[in-house]
Amino acid sequence: MELLYALGKLYPSTRLFTRKSQLVAYESDGLTAFRAEPLAVVVPESQEEVIETVRLCYQSQTPFLARGSGTSLSGGSMPVEGGIVITLNRLNHILRMDPENRLAVVETGVVNLKVSQAAAPHGLYYAPDPSSQQICTIGGNLAFNSGGAHCLKYGMTANHVLGIKAVLADGEVVELGSESADTVGPDAAGFFCGNEGLFGVALEATLRLTPKPQRYCTVLAAYDSLEKAGHAVSVVVESGLLPGAMEIMDRLSMDAAEAAVKAGYPKDAQGLLITELEGEKEAVEEDFKQLLFLIEKTGAYETRIAKDEEERLMIWKGRKSAFSAVGQLSPDYLVQDGVVPRSRLGEALAKIKEYSKEAGIAVANVFHAGDGNLHPLIMFDGKKDGTLERAEALAGRILTMCVQMGGSITGEHGVGVEKKKYLPEMFSEIDIDCMKRVRRAIDPLEIANPGKLFPGGEAPALTTHGAHPLEKAGIISRE
Amino acid sequence: MQHVIDKKSLGPKVNALTQGVEACVHCGFCLPTCPTYDTLGAEIDSPRGRIFLMKEVLEGSVPMEEALDPIDNCLGCDACVTACPSGVEYDHLITAFRAKAEKERRKPLGRRILRSMILNTLPYPYKARLAFKMGKLAIPLSAILPKSLKPALGLLPRSLPAKDSIPEIYPAKGEKRGRVALLAGCVQQVLAPEINRASLEVLSANGIETFIPRDQACCGALALHTGVEKEARKTARQLIQSIPENMDALITNAAGCGSGINEYSILFAGEKEESEARTLAGKTKDISTYLNEIGLLSPPELPKPLRVVYHDACHLAHAQKERKAPRLLLNAISNLSLLEPPDWEICCGSAGIYNIEKPELAKQLGQTKAQNLLSTEPDVVALGNIGCMTQIEKHLESYESPPPVLHTVQILASAYNQDS
Ligand SMILES: Cc1cc2nc3c(=O)[nH]c(=O)nc-3n(C[C@H](O)[C@H](O)[C@H](O)COP(=O)(O)OP(=O)(O)OC[C@H]3O[C@@H](n4cnc5c(N)ncnc54)[C@H](O)[C@@H]3O)c2cc1C
Ligand code: SF4
Ligand code: SF4
Repeated sequence: MELLYALGKLYPSTRLFTRKSQLVAYESDGLTAFRAEPLAVVVPESQEEVIETVRLCYQSQTPFLARGSGTSLSGGSMPVEGGIVITLNRLNHILRMDPENRLAVVETGVVNLKVSQAAAPHGLYYAPDPSSQQICTIGGNLAFNSGGAHCLKYGMTANHVLGIKAVLADGEVVELGSESADTVGPDAAGFFCGNEGLFGVALEATLRLTPKPQRYCTVLAAYDSLEKAGHAVSVVVESGLLPGAMEIMDRLSMDAAEAAVKAGYPKDAQGLLITELEGEKEAVEEDFKQLLFLIEKTGAYETRIAKDEEERLMIWKGRKSAFSAVGQLSPDYLVQDGVVPRSRLGEALAKIKEYSKEAGIAVANVFHAGDGNLHPLIMFDGKKDGTLERAEALAGRILTMCVQMGGSITGEHGVGVEKKKYLPEMFSEIDIDCMKRVRRAIDPLEIANPGKLFPGGEAPALTTHGAHPLEKAGIISRE
Repeated sequence: MQHVIDKKSLGPKVNALTQGVEACVHCGFCLPTCPTYDTLGAEIDSPRGRIFLMKEVLEGSVPMEEALDPIDNCLGCDACVTACPSGVEYDHLITAFRAKAEKERRKPLGRRILRSMILNTLPYPYKARLAFKMGKLAIPLSAILPKSLKPALGLLPRSLPAKDSIPEIYPAKGEKRGRVALLAGCVQQVLAPEINRASLEVLSANGIETFIPRDQACCGALALHTGVEKEARKTARQLIQSIPENMDALITNAAGCGSGINEYSILFAGEKEESEARTLAGKTKDISTYLNEIGLLSPPELPKPLRVVYHDACHLAHAQKERKAPRLLLNAISNLSLLEPPDWEICCGSAGIYNIEKPELAKQLGQTKAQNLLSTEPDVVALGNIGCMTQIEKHLESYESPPPVLHTVQILASAYNQDS
């Protein structure tokens, strides 16, 4: 193969993998039900190597995929069969730390948490905190516009990215955005966020850093039902309080987290609400009084406050380990990522319970309650025939419910391969067609991470035109 | 994770070989603590990558021979076990897999000679003593020795401490609170006999009588962790026989030995001694765990305040999940301040015979560990494993007036001893 020959000239054999024994490690991401074998994996050590690799792929019309730490939960970083995987783990340098302007310029293979660690001596941190922050990369975060517990107050990745340098799928190198947050014109860096690897490879990112809050106050409220905990969230938010984070865990996910890290959660609670207030000392104290009042009003039977930083970190460690920890309860599971309006959380949780009962499949719930981002973990044993299909059917039912409630099929994990067939539930053919045209404007050969996000295979894009469904329904018009 | 491993073909080790594969959810939480992933920066050198690879070998889609490089690269430090929220027992998986690999691999001559030299020497104190002495002679000759043997020479101690013959029974001081057997250790007896001496003194000061069976043998950990099971079982059998049933516990003071004995259930899976081996494993305790369990009698103050940085040996912290006890024991000395180094969970690069077989990686890890320990500005480095002791001492050497490296019990002993 000409491409392999050219790659062989670009990379030493220690950084170009082509043997099956070397490729297996890259066969899947966090969603192991989907796997594919790439033609080769490369481990570039410089941006130039990445750019040259993309150009070689373009010339030979070979699909490629950028890979960070492979923690995607939607099959987003599953290789493209016969394509090239460009791993970015050695592009892991923090290029500039600029505390004065509160920004950091990093290569995209840098691990999320490392940015905060490097900023810590300056009293700053990088706010988006996916539960996988100890290992997921900034590149993966950009591609999925990842969120985390504290995105309730601070927003998702796109709100913290000022600029991006990327090599697009046709080999062109572009710089999007700038170091200033107040630029005029379209938000090009924001546009790049959430592209799921379909535009090319991000090489560098300019990230906004946030001053560390003076004070944290982390409160655990135990409820005897999950729905009550869900309801409490909307009560708190409607009151005008804006906590840094509001998370909910149900009994199963608490059991899993306990088994993994002994976080010390209340033993009998059916629903646990974790609320974190943060900011100036006085403001936090004021908010805390109000929060306690509201929690009591919503029927919590026990309230606990983290007494020191160690306890606070344990609470979060348990919460952030919960996905993986569910592995202790069930050999296989699907993590869903649907969103519902916050005010309908209680209702959505009750429905999930009902569906789970009907399907005879256990579902654990642990999620970013503050922004209505559910994470039902659908447990099954793949060794038993037909269980995966039943679990997928249940997942589909939950996603459809989210859309019907006015929400979305994904809050932060991306569409990937897993949810692509549900995209039409949210978007009309015209919307999807428009997205495809944008994609082709940037990636004319459709070689960047093909087979993801859009429904179907890589069949030529649908070219349906005509009125938008909302137009047809008379809701919007073009005049 | 799903697999199509033919479980029936795996024999008695089937559980050790499949639990990890089944429980791994591919989340990657183990990656940041893995020293080989950190230094080599590729998925294939990560715990998650190795689990995938071992699965493929067990399924028969990748030949064993092709999988060996990344498997050999693993230090067996078990940091990934501590990090894993999903309860993957990677430690058992790699031990069982290595045993399988060792049987099936083609062995290049150099590696065979090196391994057999190490495994036929270190576990036998008298041979080890001789070897260290002869090795010293070999240093001047190193220019003409094969490359694969040189790192081993670099690790040799410049001088050997005098032999210390310890009695068969070491009495308790004051009221007798218990009776234990001590695993005297093989390499440790030669390189640092003072650790056993200190252990006996501290146990005695706490009312414990210690029996040191003369006919005990190496626990087999060194061989077990490199997959050479036959060699491991040979000495382990002898050890099992030598420990009387009526002991409260079998005490280990080298973390590697303790974790090795903990894995007897894998080593003896399907063997006739399986149940005896399991019983002994159940009774085996690290000296720090034991002292903490019985309740340490307060040691007196040291003559002057001491700043001690504690290094978590992988085989104690990760494999035996013991981080608390040594800290509680040290903190019992009122004028001792305990310091915590950054990145405690990352291996120092010693890991059994790793520093001999993979010198480059071991060196990088050793240097980083030395820096991290020194960053706390300690008077003394404390730890609970002879392997780490040699490795850390070696990498501290290049600094000006490096702090001494002592076993936790040596510090305790020095507190108790000023009394008498
Ligand atoms: C236990 C667990 C908890 C999680 N919790 C959260 C959470 O709280 N919030 C959340 O949002 N997500 C969460 N995730 C999902 C996942 O961690 C995020 O999606 C993360 O951003 C992926 O980062 P990564 O480095 O692993 O990327 P990968 O999985 O390697 O890649 C993900 C996608 O990004 C693309 N990509 C990667 N690097 C680049 C680049 N440089 N340029 C262009 N495209 C690129 C890939 O092509 C792929 O499409 C969790 C995952 C796990 C396993
Ligand atoms: S035992 Fe240590 S070196 Fe081996 S995979 Fe686990 S963390 Fe990495
Ligand atoms: S942390 Fe555990 S479950 Fe996650 S990838 Fe590592 S071994 Fe697998």
